[in-house]
Amino acid sequence: MNTPALKEWPLWEVFVRSKQGLEHKHCGSLHAADAAQALHMARDVYTRRQEGVSIWVVPSAAITASNPDDKGELFDPAADKIYRHPTFYAIPDEVGHM
Amino acid sequence: MYTQAMDIPDAATKPAGVSRTPDAQDAAFEARIDADGRIEPQDWMPEAYRKTLVRQISQHAHSEIVGMLPEGNWISRAPSLKRKAILIAKVQDEGGHGLYLYSAAETLGTSRDQMLDALHSGKAKYSSIFNYPTLSWADVGVIGWLVDGAAIMNQIPLCRCSYGPYARAMVRVCKEESFHQRQGYEALLVMMKGSDAQKAMVQDAVNRWWWKCLAMFGPPDADSPHSAQGQRWGIKRISNDELRQKFVDATVPQAEVLGVTLPDPDLKWNEDRQHYDYGQIDWAEFWATVEGDGPCNRERLATRVKAHRDGQWVRDAALAHARKQQERTNKEAA
Repeated sequence: MNTPALKEWPLWEVFVRSKQGLEHKHCGSLHAADAAQALHMARDVYTRRQEGVSIWVVPSAAITASNPDDKGELFDPAADKIYRHPTFYAIPDEVGHM
Repeated sequence: MYTQAMDIPDAATKPAGVSRTPDAQDAAFEARIDADGRIEPQDWMPEAYRKTLVRQISQHAHSEIVGMLPEGNWISRAPSLKRKAILIAKVQDEGGHGLYLYSAAETLGTSRDQMLDALHSGKAKYSSIFNYPTLSWADVGVIGWLVDGAAIMNQIPLCRCSYGPYARAMVRVCKEESFHQRQGYEALLVMMKGSDAQKAMVQDAVNRWWWKCLAMFGPPDADSPHSAQGQRWGIKRISNDELRQKFVDATVPQAEVLGVTLPDPDLKWNEDRQHYDYGQIDWAEFWATVEGDGPCNRERLATRVKAHRDGQWVRDAALAHARKQQERTNKEAA
């Protein structure tokens, strides 16, 4: 993260917790010189109407994402494992809610 | 608004042979578009789709940024503290909308600096509506009511745009835009309860802005070179003429409640079409403004460029500070 002599402010991803009890959710990105400034700017850009009670900022370059070309290999195997869902199992009506 | 930095591993680290052939990629893209699916930044997309989006989203962002200027002109002269606070909030929103949109465009591989250079050098376009002057306080109300009203008509269908980051940015923008329109209309309602001079001021502002707002929807469908492909790709969902008609139909009753007339002798209800008919838009004037010869083109651009240059030392100082902090941390760690 210590690339010398940047010309542009680096990019940050912003995550906002909309209220206590809920998770932080990705809401956008912005440019800022450092983490403190990124937090400051995130407040102005993404929470002007009380959209949040807590903000995370993460350098965009620090995020590793899965490759879209691998989507099939990664996620398709789950498609035929229907026994992982409760609806796979037939339970007699008289048992009621289970 | 995912970013291009949050990208897939580069070609060197990617195992050979995973990439699909161009034809298969193209077919997969078309199939997803046909199924009304969404395209995300890491997905393969045709170069023309990417270019169209970069052009449209960056123009949209520039419009929000330049759009701060006509209204910003009235912040120091707002008629009350309440109106001043409202106007500051609105102008700040426009700046925020510009930032959401620049981020969305950056996910397509263009940089913020490239986009700003294109704006500042006059290469990139922005909405020509902002090249007209705001002559009285009533203009601020009319911009909220009509200009933002027209923008909302345009932007609501964009919330369903096929490109995910653009659609998500527009959802956010549309939520905030409604406040802009309502505050403008309400400010005009107040003026229409005032003196004859105030009422005349509102009517004069409506007269000056009405036709410009109709032109905001862009050239008639028959002369719209980008429209067909944009519709095919799910970037543009509703045509220019349809949106314009929707805007006219929605606005006429609002004008009646407000007590102003819209400056078009041909404007009348058409029972057969179940829509209002309206007169001819002056396209020669529209194109002259787009090409740079509107009343404020030069002034707007000059103001924008000056603001950017004047801010250079702030950007440099922030980077220098960040670098110093980083060096200090590195030293402590060593």
